[in-house]
Amino acid sequence: MDVGKRLLLKGGVALTVLAALPRTLLAATWPEKAFAATEADAAMSTLFGTNQAAPSDQITLKVPAIAENGAVVPVTISTTLGNVESISIVVENNPRPLAASFEIPTGTLPNVSSRIKMGETSDVIAVVKTDTGLYRTSRQVKVTIGGCGG
Amino acid sequence: MASKIKVKAKLSGDVAEIKSLMLHPMETGARKDPDTGELVPAHYITQLTFTNNGETVMVANFSTAVSKNPYFGFSFSGAKAGDTLKVSWVDNQGATDELETVLN
Repeated sequence: MDVGKRLLLKGGVALTVLAALPRTLLAATWPEKAFAATEADAAMSTLFGTNQAAPSDQITLKVPAIAENGAVVPVTISTTLGNVESISIVVENNPRPLAASFEIPTGTLPNVSSRIKMGETSDVIAVVKTDTGLYRTSRQVKVTIGGCGG
Repeated sequence: MASKIKVKAKLSGDVAEIKSLMLHPMETGARKDPDTGELVPAHYITQLTFTNNGETVMVANFSTAVSKNPYFGFSFSGAKAGDTLKVSWVDNQGATDELETVLN
């Protein structure tokens, strides 16, 4: 057996082992680089490998139209899309646009809520990743007092 | 130290609705201490994990843009009374906190 073939076989075994790991073990890495991105497009590209997400009316993004206090902006995202793998919140005008990303294992409902900080008026984008691709919907939140310390 | 996580779980059928609240400063690293004028170092929860009977039902990855004393709510199916729900978080400085509760 030549070396190339042996390497190929070894690689195959390693891949099989990787595939056999529980999904949660693989998924549990905190996406440091995506959180460090300073542009929304870059954050999405880093997190998903692409910043192209199809607009979807099957995603419900609940945010206030006007936030008096940018330090506490309630966000609720739910979707009727099937086989959801993750839901992420991107705030376009924040210094670090990716605010949070939630991994949704099978059996968990695609419905999350939290509270985020917004430095200024911005579009808030909900990005839903399913087994068929990326989907998004967005809404503008007007911020009267910024939430980033200033 | 007693856990500073608060969790409310509501069972309807096999769906558990979870509401959680954590005590954490969630410092961005961009805020100045008003007394000294020095930047307050970033200090924030990075990952919040929920398991039900040992099975992961949610991994929430946070940035500094999640509000102080974070609130997080979600729901999962396949739950029943007597299940053990465990909530744990880790922050960027390596601190952790966890809480276990029994669904009923």
